[in-house]
Amino acid sequence: MATVTIAFFALPLLALMQRARWSTLWSDLTTGPALDALRLSVACAAAATALSLVFGTPLAWVLARTRMRGRRLVRALVLLPMILPPVVGGVALLAAFSLNSPLGGWLHDALDIQLTFSPAAVIMAQTFVAMPFYVITVEGALSHVDPRFEDVAGTLGAGPLAVFRKVTLPLIAPSVAAGAVLAFARALGEFGATVTFAGNIAGRTQTLPLAVYLRLEADPPAAIALSFVLVAVAVFALVSMRGHWFRT
Amino acid sequence: MIRLHTVATVALLLVFGLWAACGNDPRARRADSELGGSILVSAATSLTAPFTQIGQNFTRAHRAVDVQFNFGASSALADQIVAGNSSDVFASADQANVTKLDDAGLLAGRAAVFARNRLAIVTKPGNPEGIRSLADLPAAGVISLCDLAVPCGKYAAQALEAAKVSVPEGRVTRGQNVRATLTAVTDSDAVAAIVYASDAKGAGARVATVVLPDSKNVIAVYPAVTLKAARNAMTAKAFVAFLRGAKGQRILKEFGFLAPA
Repeated sequence: MATVTIAFFALPLLALMQRARWSTLWSDLTTGPALDALRLSVACAAAATALSLVFGTPLAWVLARTRMRGRRLVRALVLLPMILPPVVGGVALLAAFSLNSPLGGWLHDALDIQLTFSPAAVIMAQTFVAMPFYVITVEGALSHVDPRFEDVAGTLGAGPLAVFRKVTLPLIAPSVAAGAVLAFARALGEFGATVTFAGNIAGRTQTLPLAVYLRLEADPPAAIALSFVLVAVAVFALVSMRGHWFRT
Repeated sequence: MIRLHTVATVALLLVFGLWAACGNDPRARRADSELGGSILVSAATSLTAPFTQIGQNFTRAHRAVDVQFNFGASSALADQIVAGNSSDVFASADQANVTKLDDAGLLAGRAAVFARNRLAIVTKPGNPEGIRSLADLPAAGVISLCDLAVPCGKYAAQALEAAKVSVPEGRVTRGQNVRATLTAVTDSDAVAAIVYASDAKGAGARVATVVLPDSKNVIAVYPAVTLKAARNAMTAKAFVAFLRGAKGQRILKEFGFLAPA
């Protein structure tokens, strides 16, 4: 049984490698639309990861440390994108931020900002699906930190922010890193929410997964070359996760 | 006890899932001397609405037949078929993808054109940007076109080229199929799209349609053909014939398609 399971996961990857055109792999990746997609993907996924760090850390702290009412509801809300079909997330983002929506309409009329079909929309879509992975990882770590360390630092005269920066953060640093890598990998692989909310404009909103999907018809070897980038990032994420989410 | 319950529930779900997934296998029933059994029809996205209705009419005429559809961009369907993911009938939005299967030796018999289609520009309801022709597209906002590998993308490119109009690629969002291309206007913020006239008609009040005059238009042809790998060749042939018959033609016309020629 276990052999069958292993084969089930190994076979598609081996088949992908077998179909690759290795001789031109590098040039397939570094020319024209493929390179544009690669650049855009890395930049947007990095931005989504940064946003997850900045906005996800305080939320993880609130969820782990406070007894705020409705905490469970908030946690469910934030984790929902993890199990929601990404296309649904994209439709929801459209409903909230397209020019037809009150908020999107106001942004356009007052500030001349259109989010749809912009790189900002790519970053939003990626953050929407990726941040929950960061929040859940860091929340888990925070709830395992012994509060007495922080209490002691507090009695020694450190303010709450100093306590967080000098005591809590170093203790959860490995989880922050792991959560960030996980969020980056998820953001890089995002397809459904991106194509729905940000569209598919070459060089502007066409990320790696979109390019893989569309080039599969026009240029299969290039699509496979791009797939390898995504596989490599996923493998890197797993390796850097070693000993964090699972023992080795 | 609880663990036993969990195991039982999971097992039940698994069994149900397998049943739901496999119970409707289009190949499960075999054809006999009379028309019967299941066929799987791989058809262009633009055919979704008329084919769904034609399928119902066809099964009403042949009670022992079951028709299932696999809709997608013709180019994607042709790739699937070449890759061995075959079906009984292929109905394409262009001749090129049929030729591709013919070159690969996958066709049984000759393809028959059963419909044609025009292109149209669709905009937001009321056409707020005042788009009157292809020439107005470069100056508008984001334009939605099909991917260039997909028939509707090739036709749109032909029309734009013939009109000597070029929309900068940085303002073109590309749909994987004509439905995705249309959705960028109906559900998102694309200013206009070039789609088939039948899709424009199907979108109703959700769009305003700018008709392209025949001189500026491109006519899409829709051939259908039985595949060599068909498990149910007789029913497949009957379905292709039904498309070209009076009833099939009436339904296609209702949905905004043109007669074969």
